[in-house]
Amino acid sequence: MKIDDLVFLIISGFTVASALGVVLSRNIVHSALALILTFIGVAMLFFGLGASFLGLVQILVYAGAVSVLTIFAIMLVMKPDPASTNPSTPSRATHILGGLLAWSVVVGLGMAIGFSRWPSLPAEPAGFDTVGVLANLLLGNYVVAFEAAAVLLLLAVVGAIILAKGAEKP
Amino acid sequence: MIGLNHYLLLGTALFGIGVYGVFAKRNAIAVLMSVELMLNAVNVNFVAINRFLQPDAALGQLFAIFVIVVAAAEVSVGLALIISIYRQRQSVNLNDFNLMKW
Repeated sequence: MKIDDLVFLIISGFTVASALGVVLSRNIVHSALALILTFIGVAMLFFGLGASFLGLVQILVYAGAVSVLTIFAIMLVMKPDPASTNPSTPSRATHILGGLLAWSVVVGLGMAIGFSRWPSLPAEPAGFDTVGVLANLLLGNYVVAFEAAAVLLLLAVVGAIILAKGAEKP
Repeated sequence: MIGLNHYLLLGTALFGIGVYGVFAKRNAIAVLMSVELMLNAVNVNFVAINRFLQPDAALGQLFAIFVIVVAAAEVSVGLALIISIYRQRQSVNLNDFNLMKW
């Protein structure tokens, strides 16, 4: 077993374990902290895949901004008793439905992955400038999508401010 | 040897965990966090397919960047909605969110 494989196994186990912590924890603050660990695990996977820029974006945007936003929202709406802030659904039927659906997704997609034959996988790619390639794509062929994403972010910020501020009392 | 299949299986596992979280949790913020898990699973798949099938073109990473942008917009608007509903209902339990039912 090469060292890369060992690193992948450790990182993926860490990521899946913290994702399970997000879903299974009874305390919403623990869920949020486990979510940060999941984001960092995914960022490490990106580094392992050679997508270093995307890994940094993942850490900045997800582990930095999104998790801080989530924790702020949790603190604004939290009840005094933290141990019961993240309740599971009381109805057993919904649990079984969700578990079955998740299990069928995992098994179905896993079988599809196992049976699919990929075209000949290229060998290790030569190290190239990912940021340069991404910049050429973003500001070249995909500049319209880039601008649309900028407008979307602006609208989301304005909408979030208006929604969270609340309507004026007439 | 770790290959594409392992990364895709990891993405599938993360997605399944997110699906279960959306069904099993009653806190609206926890449901949003499960949706974030699913989006991250999709990102892992995009980047892995990019790395193993077309390592010269960074199209998968480009799509992952757009997914991150949309996820950031989604989480900000979603949390603002949750805070806005909390002002009316004093609760973030999804069972209390029945403002549009009658």
